[in-house]
Amino acid sequence: MELVISITIGVLAGSGIWLLLRPRTFQVIIGLSLLSYAVNLFIFGMGRLRVGAPPVLDSSVPGTLAHYADPLPQALVLTAIVISFAMTALFLVVLLAARGLSGSDHVDSVERSQ
Amino acid sequence: MSTDVVLLTLLVVLPFAGSIVAAFLPTNARNAEAWLAGGVALAILAIAAYFFRPIARGEIPRVEFEWLPQLGLNFILRLDGFAWSFVGLVSAIGLLVILYARYYMSPDDPVPRFFSFLLGFMGAMLGIVVSGNLIQIVFFWELTSLYSFLLISYWHQNQSARDGARITLTVTAAGGLCLLAGMMFLGQIAGSYDLDVVLRSGASVTAHSLYLPTLLLIAAGVLTKSAQFPFHFWLPRAMAAPTPVSAYLHSAAMVKAGVFLLARLWPAMAGHDYWFWVFVPLGAATLLIGAFLALFQQDLKGLLAYSTISHLGLITLLLGLGSPLAAVAAIFHIMNHATFKASLFMAAGIIDHEAGTRDIRRLGGLFRAMPITAVLAMVAASAMAGVPLLNGFLSKEMFFAETVESHVASALDDALPFIATLAGMFSVAYSLRLIHQVFFGPEATDLPRVPHDPVLWMLLPIAFLVLTCILVGIVPQATVGAFLNIAVRAVLGDATPYYSLAVWHGFTPALWMSLLALAGGTTLYAVMLRYLSGDVEGAPILRRLKGQRIFERAIAIASWRGAKSLVQSLSSTRLQPQLVLLLCVTILAAVWPLYKGGIDIHVPKLHEIDTTFLLVWIVGCVCALGAAQQAKFHRLAAVILMGGAGLSTCVTFAWASAPDLAMTQLLVEIVTTVLLLLGLRWLPKRREETSRPANLFIRARRFRDLAIAFIGGAGLASLSYAVMTRPQTFTIATNFLEKAYTEGGGRNVVNVILVDFRGFDTLGEIAVLGIVAITVYALLRRFRPARDSVAVPEQKQFQDHFDAEHDALSKDTISAHYMIVPGLIMRLLFPVVSMMAVFLFMRGHDLPGGGFVAGLTFAIAFILQYIAGGARWVEARLTVLPVRWIGFGLLAAGGTGVGAAFFGKPFLTSSFQYVDIPVLGRLPMASALLFDLGVFALVLGATVLMLIALAHQSIRVSRASSKAVQPAEGAV
Repeated sequence: MELVISITIGVLAGSGIWLLLRPRTFQVIIGLSLLSYAVNLFIFGMGRLRVGAPPVLDSSVPGTLAHYADPLPQALVLTAIVISFAMTALFLVVLLAARGLSGSDHVDSVERSQ
Repeated sequence: MSTDVVLLTLLVVLPFAGSIVAAFLPTNARNAEAWLAGGVALAILAIAAYFFRPIARGEIPRVEFEWLPQLGLNFILRLDGFAWSFVGLVSAIGLLVILYARYYMSPDDPVPRFFSFLLGFMGAMLGIVVSGNLIQIVFFWELTSLYSFLLISYWHQNQSARDGARITLTVTAAGGLCLLAGMMFLGQIAGSYDLDVVLRSGASVTAHSLYLPTLLLIAAGVLTKSAQFPFHFWLPRAMAAPTPVSAYLHSAAMVKAGVFLLARLWPAMAGHDYWFWVFVPLGAATLLIGAFLALFQQDLKGLLAYSTISHLGLITLLLGLGSPLAAVAAIFHIMNHATFKASLFMAAGIIDHEAGTRDIRRLGGLFRAMPITAVLAMVAASAMAGVPLLNGFLSKEMFFAETVESHVASALDDALPFIATLAGMFSVAYSLRLIHQVFFGPEATDLPRVPHDPVLWMLLPIAFLVLTCILVGIVPQATVGAFLNIAVRAVLGDATPYYSLAVWHGFTPALWMSLLALAGGTTLYAVMLRYLSGDVEGAPILRRLKGQRIFERAIAIASWRGAKSLVQSLSSTRLQPQLVLLLCVTILAAVWPLYKGGIDIHVPKLHEIDTTFLLVWIVGCVCALGAAQQAKFHRLAAVILMGGAGLSTCVTFAWASAPDLAMTQLLVEIVTTVLLLLGLRWLPKRREETSRPANLFIRARRFRDLAIAFIGGAGLASLSYAVMTRPQTFTIATNFLEKAYTEGGGRNVVNVILVDFRGFDTLGEIAVLGIVAITVYALLRRFRPARDSVAVPEQKQFQDHFDAEHDALSKDTISAHYMIVPGLIMRLLFPVVSMMAVFLFMRGHDLPGGGFVAGLTFAIAFILQYIAGGARWVEARLTVLPVRWIGFGLLAAGGTGVGAAFFGKPFLTSSFQYVDIPVLGRLPMASALLFDLGVFALVLGATVLMLIALAHQSIRVSRASSKAVQPAEGAV
């Protein structure tokens, strides 16, 4: 499972970075979203992957890491997911405003003759 | 001893306290301000008088407060004889200037600011003088620069005042920074920042290998502050200040701080050849250049400013000579110069005030109109020229006598008597010019005002100073002898030489030099009279060489052109190169420590891979790669594919024991998709077939980006693999798991962390969310979207066509029938989804759920209604106030935190207990639930606000296009 997730993180991050370097604003937004998937999974993975051990306490099982998944990265990632939505919304609006002002959807608002 | 401590502390504290009080008096309270400031100055004079006896006995009152004991720094105040004489000078002249300023300032000027700054300056100056710690001296030193800046720019509506203030601050504060460095060197060499220790370690300082850099740095501070060549140009520019400020700061007090420090450090640092070679040439140059330029000034205050520069040069030269007798002469001249120059500045202020101009060429024959002012100014100017029986003569004669002695064998030392006599001639000439051209000659006829003597109170300070000049000039020993003695002893200690304060020393070389200067100066003035009355501005030869212009040029190059070219060569306004750089640096920063420390990666065990999970991620990866490939030409496909990758992530969270994350991810996926779909219509059309074939350059760039993406992805993949296959060592997670139920009252540890253990983080995060939502809203309010890129869909065109033919149905009814079946289902879903949100919220503390998830769910319930019925339909039936939800959320979350204070607990401390609620049963009610309610309300408000704001743009556009004659179709 670790191998699959690692490769996935790599693919998501690579796609994200590629899009981040593209000249069109929409590509950058999609790229940032993909990158945030990768980063969220990465942070999540730092707590190690566990199957069937959600950090919801059961009074019959002692509260140690042996019985539950690490809750801390989960708490971190939970807010990160919501914030990344806010970031996408903000960039989208900035994108639309830039396009409205300049007529171009290039990241520099200027079409460059390539 | 305790009285001493209190009084000594008051010496520094009193002016600053007065400054604060003065700032809050009414704007027109000239009298109250003057009484306050005068009272402070008088109190300081009284304190000084109290300390005179013990100091004359040789005691040094001293107070020490702990400041930074870890660094061995104490706040020390010490009042030795030299400091005492400066305290007397600063407070006495301060008192006179305050009296003068009371009548000088116009009723229209905002006097609280003036007197507040003046008192603040007095405090800073006294701080320099009585400081017993090197760093503390620099602190007060910089403070005087700041107050000088504020006072010069007092009439800030005036361009020259602003420029003068800025130049002064730039020069003196830069010097102050050098001084700080120099003082740190000195403190390190001496082994202590305590002034007493430093003064005792003179021998080790001059012998130290770092003596030269220390000297140069301190010299930079001293020379800038005392307006010495080549930094002299700021002083004439500072004349834009009100005249009381010029009289006080720029003749008597602040500019003397430089030479004060020079004399202060004299025991520790003088006596080395370097000392001579730094200060004597520059002092001599300043003396000559200042005197020469002063003669050619047409502005009365300009003449006095250059004269001040010249006299400060004289003092610097004397201190630079390094002989004890020269130091005596320097200290004596500091006192004398302060008296006659302050009175001359005040007289110049009166003339400016009464006649309406300071231009020497326009003034003339004022003796008749203002006889008292004229007599006083003439006596003071004579003292400046060094006429016998006035105080200036005495110290100047000592100076002449000292130049004749030999110090460091060199041509410069031999030339000093000639330089001194020449400067003396110029000094006589400009003094004579001041007297002759202002008060005698033909009476000026075109003056802006009719001049006459001012009120007596304005003349009193000048009269007092002039009387001092005369008394000191006639009976020096009886008047100033005792004060000079304690000052000199404090600096020179056992090295104090025998000196005589007599008017008549016989026919010495110095006397001949004085007489020669008087005669030569008179002749020089007679010769130059015609030239000076002409229209020529500035001095011959040096007119073109203006230090100030060079300075301004240098500043312009450094701060504007230099910075601009640096920015141009080192940075880019383009986003892509910046991102490339950012990514490369990030990758390097990650690779470097791994390369240094090594990383071992376990060999993957392929048989452990779950096939279902593998399949999920094959889909996920394909989606991600597809999104990357499609984002340019097929945006809709990219959004859908991105959603696929998001869903795979969601499945992973669910798989790997993170139900909360899975729910959040799923909900966020929904709102993000809606968001992007709303935005798509304003993006320009782009067709694959219309784009030009890529050339070599673009190919190379794409290859580079691909390489960066590959390296970044591979790096992150191997890093995460390496960490995830490693056993977990100790983390704070154990702590959270143990205490979640016992101390947080919840079983869902993730939720307890969010709303309790790390509640402060969450508060910050929801605040960010709220700010972003309001920013989106604000941006869209003023937003003029680009024209719609999407043509009206075929079905809608058809429908519109049909409507036009059959008048029976208006457009509104059609939109009500639009998507009628799904719309009905969505409408029916509203209570269900809302109930679901409440359910998720209530159970959040114990089971997966919570404020974030519930807020998103509720937001989706609203958005479904918008999708089903359209914005107008929803808003006609529901009052959605997302901004208030955001406000309520922040208040609830923050209020819960503050509420802990009522129980004497720190911010955001939570408590919980079980409460029986009918129907629902026994539930844990933690105060964290209220916090979670805040999170819920804010997430709901923010999400709805962002989406609705964007959705409203569609309405606005259709309204705008329906107004237009021809509806917009398609993109440009």
